[in-house]
Amino acid sequence: MPAAVFELENVSYSYERVVALDAASLAIPAGQRVALLGANGSGKSTLLRLLDGLCFAGPGTIRFRGEPVTEERFQDETFSFDFRRRVGLIFQNPDVQLFNPTVFDEVAFGPLQLRWPRDLIRQRVAQTLDDLDIAHLKDRPPHRLSGGEKKRVAIASVLILDPQVLLLDEPTAALDPRSQSQTIDLLAGWKDTGRTVVTATHDLDSVEEIADYCFVFQAGRLVAQGSPAAVLGDTNLLRQTGLLHVHRHTHGSGEVHSHPHRHHDPQP
Amino acid sequence: MRANRVVEGSVQGFLRVLGRTLESEELARRDGLLQSLDPRVKLLGFMGLIVAAAASRRMEVIGAVFGLAIVLAICSRVPLRTLMIRVWAGGFAFTGMIAVPAFFLTPGRPIWWLPVLGWAVTAQGFRGAVYLISRVETTATLSMLLVLCTPWTHVLKALRVLRVPIVLVVILGMTYRYILLMIGTAEEMFESRRSRMVGKLEAKEGRRLAIATVGVLLGKTMQLSGDVYLAMQSRGFRGEVYVLDDFEMRLRDWSWLAAFFALSAAAMWMGAR
Repeated sequence: MPAAVFELENVSYSYERVVALDAASLAIPAGQRVALLGANGSGKSTLLRLLDGLCFAGPGTIRFRGEPVTEERFQDETFSFDFRRRVGLIFQNPDVQLFNPTVFDEVAFGPLQLRWPRDLIRQRVAQTLDDLDIAHLKDRPPHRLSGGEKKRVAIASVLILDPQVLLLDEPTAALDPRSQSQTIDLLAGWKDTGRTVVTATHDLDSVEEIADYCFVFQAGRLVAQGSPAAVLGDTNLLRQTGLLHVHRHTHGSGEVHSHPHRHHDPQP
Repeated sequence: MRANRVVEGSVQGFLRVLGRTLESEELARRDGLLQSLDPRVKLLGFMGLIVAAAASRRMEVIGAVFGLAIVLAICSRVPLRTLMIRVWAGGFAFTGMIAVPAFFLTPGRPIWWLPVLGWAVTAQGFRGAVYLISRVETTATLSMLLVLCTPWTHVLKALRVLRVPIVLVVILGMTYRYILLMIGTAEEMFESRRSRMVGKLEAKEGRRLAIATVGVLLGKTMQLSGDVYLAMQSRGFRGEVYVLDDFEMRLRDWSWLAAFFALSAAAMWMGAR
């Protein structure tokens, strides 16, 4: 079992009086692709923000490679730069992440903040845009991009830093089928690259392609974990956590029947 | 209902501006003279010409700068109709309203009397009004050419050549970026409400809805700004702004900058005589 890149012990987080995460304890091994599963409001996005050091746990401890992830540690520029270099978060809504005037500026933003040499930045931006097949968009402003293009630019803006850990929040949300398929192919391509990938999703159809291990959340609590096959095979668990529901419908003959039905990536 | 219409009208006005912005970006992407120049050259060169036209005391000089602006527009494939609608008609109407009283109020030699009222139009008043209108039309044409032939994001970056603080440039860029997004959200909110409305609302109810819409939009803006800040932090932002200055001055740009400065200097010298 490889060493854990993240370790959480009894981590809780609340938005004022609403509990978003409740005493979660888990370990994410280095190099593994992990899925955080749960219905809306189950605490997945909050957990990703905690892992990325954007908000900090109330009770409980989060460690990154053995070091505590606390507000005080981020005051240290060396720790902060090193952490931001190693851990990247791709937000659910790409509009949040695309705040620069052009695609080129957007992808260059991260390296600029980490004070990379300018020539290296230009070279790496060009390379990253090429790798994601979006070089033709480099001078476009974000408001002129389609949803799928925005998502690819958001991914490029994080991938340019070549982070060891990638955190993705609902990467296929609000995408058309073609863009969904392209995004899943991209995530599936990260298997065996040594990169740790943590994906928050409720799109059960893609879990087996993008994850080797799953954590299932319900109302802020970690309720189950296991391989994708084990989790997806547990119909009771999926139904209890709101990832599966019983769907009733009528056939042309007038026969009414019901069967379990997966939630499929609704609009955010 | 009136307040409601005011809010909807404002949003629709913003949407028209958005449409024009997108059209401007199309013009800025065309192959043309001004489009091919470094944005800093256009910004500094046009500033020189604007100062020369505004300071000139001779109509021939203002006319020559205006003529130069027309030639630059044609060489940059900017339709004169666009300038006519966006600049000349509006400029004439608004400046005209300010200039008309000068016809009658400026003391001087009468050259014409208004029928019925018998008010005298003075030569000095007429001259002053014509100068004001021609200066406004010339400077507005140059400013509009700069915006039409340069992507807005490049105009903002070019401001750095005037020592505008980098933080201000970045804030302006982000404002431009997100105002377009929030206008789209506001439009969707109004469309969604219209699709569920039958008949007319009472004035009080209309006002309540308009205020509620503004409140919801403000809430969404606050949420978005918080999330954007987190996204910036996530990629290493620690309060200081760094940007990539990717403009490159070529010999051609230097030549045009020299030409703009020479023309501006000549216009200022001739206009002051």
